[in-house]
Amino acid sequence: MKKLALSDEILMKIEKPARYIGNELNSIVKDKDAVDVRIAMCFPDVYEIGMSHLGIQILYDMFNRREDTWCERVYSPWPDLHKIMKEENIPLFGLESQEPVKDLDFLGITIQYEMCYTNILQVLDLAQIPLLAKDRTEEHPIVMGGGPCTYNPEPIADFFDFFYIGEGETQYDAIIDLYKEMKKNGASRADILHAIAKIEGMYVPALYEVTYKEDGTIDQFNPKYDDIPATIKRQVQVNLDEAIYPEKPVVPFIKATQDRVVLEIQRGCIRGCRFCQAGMIYRPNREKDVEVLKEYARKMLKATGHEEISLSSLSSSDYKQLEELLDFLLEECKKQHVNISLPSLRIDAFSLDIMSKVQDVKKSSITFAPEAGSQRMRNVINKGLTVEDILGGSKEAFLGGWNKVKLYFMLGLPTETEEDMRAIPELANQIAALYYETIPKEERTGKCQITMSTSFFVPKPFTPFQWAKMEDPGEYLRRAHIVNETMKAQLNHKSLRYNWHEADVTVLEGILARGDRKLSSAILHVYKNGGIYDAWSEFFQYQRWLDAFKACDIDMDFYNKRERYETEVFPWDFIDIGVTKEFMLREWKTALGETVTPNCRQRCSGCGAKSFGGGVCYEN
Amino acid sequence: MKIRIKFRKWGSMKFIGHLDMMRYFQKVMRRADVDIRYSEGFSPHQIMSFAAPLGVGITSDGEYFDIEVHSTKSSDEMIKDLNATMVDGVEITGYVALPDNAKPAMSIVAAADYVLSYKEGYECPFTLEEWKSKVEELFTSQKSFNIIKKTKKSEREVDLKPLVYAFDVIEQDSKPAFYINVSTGSVDNIKPELLLTSIYEKLGLEYNESAIAIHRKDVYAVDEKSGKRVSLLDLGEEIV
Repeated sequence: MKKLALSDEILMKIEKPARYIGNELNSIVKDKDAVDVRIAMCFPDVYEIGMSHLGIQILYDMFNRREDTWCERVYSPWPDLHKIMKEENIPLFGLESQEPVKDLDFLGITIQYEMCYTNILQVLDLAQIPLLAKDRTEEHPIVMGGGPCTYNPEPIADFFDFFYIGEGETQYDAIIDLYKEMKKNGASRADILHAIAKIEGMYVPALYEVTYKEDGTIDQFNPKYDDIPATIKRQVQVNLDEAIYPEKPVVPFIKATQDRVVLEIQRGCIRGCRFCQAGMIYRPNREKDVEVLKEYARKMLKATGHEEISLSSLSSSDYKQLEELLDFLLEECKKQHVNISLPSLRIDAFSLDIMSKVQDVKKSSITFAPEAGSQRMRNVINKGLTVEDILGGSKEAFLGGWNKVKLYFMLGLPTETEEDMRAIPELANQIAALYYETIPKEERTGKCQITMSTSFFVPKPFTPFQWAKMEDPGEYLRRAHIVNETMKAQLNHKSLRYNWHEADVTVLEGILARGDRKLSSAILHVYKNGGIYDAWSEFFQYQRWLDAFKACDIDMDFYNKRERYETEVFPWDFIDIGVTKEFMLREWKTALGETVTPNCRQRCSGCGAKSFGGGVCYEN
Repeated sequence: MKIRIKFRKWGSMKFIGHLDMMRYFQKVMRRADVDIRYSEGFSPHQIMSFAAPLGVGITSDGEYFDIEVHSTKSSDEMIKDLNATMVDGVEITGYVALPDNAKPAMSIVAAADYVLSYKEGYECPFTLEEWKSKVEELFTSQKSFNIIKKTKKSEREVDLKPLVYAFDVIEQDSKPAFYINVSTGSVDNIKPELLLTSIYEKLGLEYNESAIAIHRKDVYAVDEKSGKRVSLLDLGEEIV
């Protein structure tokens, strides 16, 4: 058995030592002398969160299929261990080898949400790798980034050697082959990065130059060399049935957030909600064949022994073979006493029937995500769900024995009025009233419980709302207050519950999501002043960020409080996601006109994703 | 059909706590296709119960849990199937059938024995002979050995003497080590390090828990017929 990187003494005094010892079932240990390339893949958050991430599992599997490559996992040490590692100068290590990450060839970091940016610096710092790419030398690993936040990599551009824009299945082999070959021939780090920059989809920030206009917006964004592409094309795995998928996922000892088999049934979404970044950056919608999924389900359950399986997709109800898949899973899982954890399905007779088979109706709830309270607002955001859908689904559910309904909304959407805000509790009240109308007194088991949750809308790059402005925390809270007060005035207020997201974090997410390269100094400042685990409310300190912006002379309002002009060059415009800016602008204007755009199956809206040559665009 | 399974746990697996080991074995049952019985009800669970939880940081050659199955292969085949899906640091060493009226392991645990030794890089304060005479003087020759046992709620004086069945100084890797056999289970559960920390205290020495490796050797029940302590595995029959 391997010698651990941490002493018994340390492991006995920190929380959950199992986060750091590796050795999990299906984790892969290779002979380091028999491989040419060593990679650490990192999810910059705590182990239980990171282990639940499908993307790293896919990449881990893909890299380790190569005989010449060994990929290990790394997660953010929890603050208790962070402190000890800093004090004792212990370098961050890969879980599999228990050896320092700094001695490997690549450190890959997946970037799933903005509030993990300080954890990226934590990982680099503990790994004893210079935080800024420009300070790294031949002896340091190449630091690469991927994941949804890299669709605007600019705020963190200074910390990375390169970003992989798009889906990992397509280009990593080319990168490893190139690295191996160049390394063998004694190429320098700079030469290797220059060569990587020529592979489609790879962005090497150091090779690009940004100039700004007087108003602070971008004037020019250009490659420094003629042989470096001016735009970076998003990588897409067009045929998912042929893509690699982990048949033997790593099984953690401690309970991860996703302690189950995860079956990715499709990528992308046909819906086109205008606030949703995932709905744009994963176009076109591509489904996996149901027979392929059945095979994976069987293999993965057998290889892990998990007692639960869940489906992963942006909108499972749109998966065409859902009925066949769920029937299969119900049958298969019943035999093996495996539970099915259902993704949020469109509530109708079919889904309620399935739900009643896999959940305890009395304890479970049904969920709707209308995202906005009024029809007007839903038209603006292009959310197709109508009041009739919600009330119809709720009625069916009440008759089926459910009496809990969860509703998800956003506040602060573009053009939002007080009427739209009040429509949220009014809708909830309508649902409650429907319960009391539908279910006779003698058949009720207490009150119904309608829970509303609101988050505050954050405009994201590569969405039709990328031009929208945001508000101050005070304004967000005022809106939540209006919802709360309106709720109290409802006839059925005793059956209603309301909770809302924090406003400070929202504002920061907004700045980081649409920020530019100037922000990296502030992120660095926050980290140097003790900021880590900003995605965790117990560690997040708004003031620390305000201080950093002040110290770095950054005007928050420039990023959040400004409606961007139509021809403005965005920091992320050099990335070509396949969906055009023209389409997004068209959608922005259609939104302001309160008009709905049909989904991809109803009619093609010419977003540009057809150029990838597959998926829903070619269904008919 | 009731089955008792014995396993050992070593190396870095000592950092995996009791609850996580239970989850680990639930998944093992599925992977190895054990025909385990499930409880009734809306969310059925495997019928599985552990004998004596092992503290984090302790290794063991004698861990047990009981399961109920509909059918089973022979002990040898089952051990092979189970070990085919183990992680490094856990090994199944026994698989026996219990009589239908057997009590669950948890309820019959009476004792467990341990070896406490000095980890690499830590100094032992005395030689083997010195330790032997100190233990003789402070413990073996005494009629009682009173200590203050602290729980979350209270402190009370306990005489360890009748609860310690063996306390010997032995030699391991040419260093002194301690073999102890103590009362374990729901009635009088004595943690193995309690005895050693008490001795250290009486000697006026500071006990460094990081210096001591604790290894459980086996867990015992009192045999109803003979009245003797027997290993939990001995209460079952090998399946051939």
